[in-house]
Order: sequence, then structure tokens, then C-alpha cells
Amino acid sequence: MPHDHHDHDHLSPSGHPYRADQDQGLTYWQVMEIAIRELMIEKGLVTAAEVQAQVDAMDARTPAQGAAVVARAWTDPAFRDRLLADGSAACAEMGFDVGPMKLIAVENTADTHNVVVCTLCSCYPRNLLGLPPDWYKSRAYRSRTVREPRKVLAEFGLTLPDDVTVRVHDSTADMRYLVVPARPAGTNGLDETALAALVTRDSMIGVGVAKAS
Amino acid sequence: MQVFEPGTEVRVRRMMPPGHVRTPAYLRGHVGRVERVLGPFGNPEQLAYGHTPDRLPLYRVRFRMADVWGDEGHRDDTLDAEIYAHWLEPL
Repeated sequence: MPHDHHDHDHLSPSGHPYRADQDQGLTYWQVMEIAIRELMIEKGLVTAAEVQAQVDAMDARTPAQGAAVVARAWTDPAFRDRLLADGSAACAEMGFDVGPMKLIAVENTADTHNVVVCTLCSCYPRNLLGLPPDWYKSRAYRSRTVREPRKVLAEFGLTLPDDVTVRVHDSTADMRYLVVPARPAGTNGLDETALAALVTRDSMIGVGVAKAS
Repeated sequence: MQVFEPGTEVRVRRMMPPGHVRTPAYLRGHVGRVERVLGPFGNPEQLAYGHTPDRLPLYRVRFRMADVWGDEGHRDDTLDAEIYAHWLEPL
């Protein structure tokens, strides 16, 4: 039967519910964005192609850029030092422009674990890592990470021993943060490309660690 | 405006002004130490309304989680935030 009405009809083949159709019309801000964009194109300030090129440029940024930076830091101690001293300049060396906001890189070690949050909104190193995951913008993540980081990390599957110090970074103003996860054990033989494949997005936010090789 | 060197103890002013403010309410009134000095950066409280901003030092201030929340479970855990100069006062 192509259409028998069992409960599982409301689930996609992945087992998740289908997203509701967006029948409620545009929000105030969506209308505002369209109006301003169309006016700017009409007045010749930008072209539609330029707008699309910017969208494409943003979508082309992925955590792979950050992973390349981390892998370089793992293999080149002088680069690691420059990255920790000035994250923006070190990324620029590799051809990654992190934009007008300044990047601070913080390093996880055997005794320190760093995690990044933005309690006020959703500040994230987008120009390096691409768009943030949805949970990063949720009220639950934003409010709980500064209040009970160890519990939040445990829910991500990362239970830290008591002798590891947790440093939470609330991204409140002009800085953006990149966590340099600890290099996994047993990776001495790997080159930079192979190492970069071990660096996950979550490990650079600090809610996870790098993959074992 | 007073300049705070790294390591200096500072208190976040306990103010509740209206408007666009980038000092988290949960840190107001709390004492931390300057971790590093950044900036100067334009004051977001002016930038948000299209005014020409004052250029202010921005500080990364490190707080002890225990001081902010009163939990003594993990005494060394910390919370860093960026706070503009006009929100900080010396002890």
C-alpha cells in the first residue's frame, strides 16, 4: 500500500519527523532583508551576483580550515607559538582571513580543557570554521556552559577528570575563539593532512576531543 | 581612563543601563583578574545606534567559577570574558 496511515508515516526514512511546511509567511526580519537587498540592487550599490558570491564564500568555509590550522600547530612548534600569540596573524599565514574580529587560540593540554560559548548571542569564528551548529545558538548551551560546563561536556560524551582544569571562554565582544585540541596519542607517524582529518568541529569548540587515529 | 595591567584585580561595575550592552549581567559586581589587554575597540553601546564610538581598551578578565557561582567543587575552573574598560573598576 503506497499510503497506509501508520504512525511511522510521519517519520522520514532516517527515523526523524519531517520538518513542518513553512506556511506562516515571512518574518519581519526576512521581509527587511529582502527589501534592503532589492533596494541595494536597484540602486546599483551591489549586484545580485555579488550577493550570491558572498553567500557562496560563506558556505565554502568549513571546519576543515580550522582543522588545517590545528594540524599545523601540532606539527610545527614555531607556528603553534605564533598561533597562541596572535591567532588572526597565524591563520592569515595559511591564507585564512578571519575577518575584522580577532582570533584567540587556546590550547588544551593534559591538565587544562578549554570550551567556547557566547552567552549574549552566537559569536563564533565563522570566517574560519563556517556557520555554527544549531545547538551553539540554543539558550540551553549558552546559559548552561558558563554555569555548569562539566555537566554540559558530559552530555556531549566528554567526562573530564577532576584534576583537569576547565576554562570557559565567553565570547562577549570583539574576540573569536579557536580551541586547539590536544594531539591524540599514537599519531607520531602521521603527516599534516592525516592529522587534520582527526580534528573535529566539536573539538575546536571544546565540547569534544580530536579523534583517535 | 585608568589602564589595568595583566594580573590586576578588577570588579565589573554593577550597573544596569538600558540599551545594547555587551557586559553579561551574570558577571556584574564580580571580581576577576585581567588576563590580557586588547584593543582599543569601538564602544558597542554607541556603535549599536550609529554613533561614532569612543575607542576603548578591551580586557579579557578571568573569573573563578567558584567566585561567580559559589560552587567550590572545582576550585581552579575559570570563566574568561571580554569586558570594555568603562565597565571595570579597581579594587
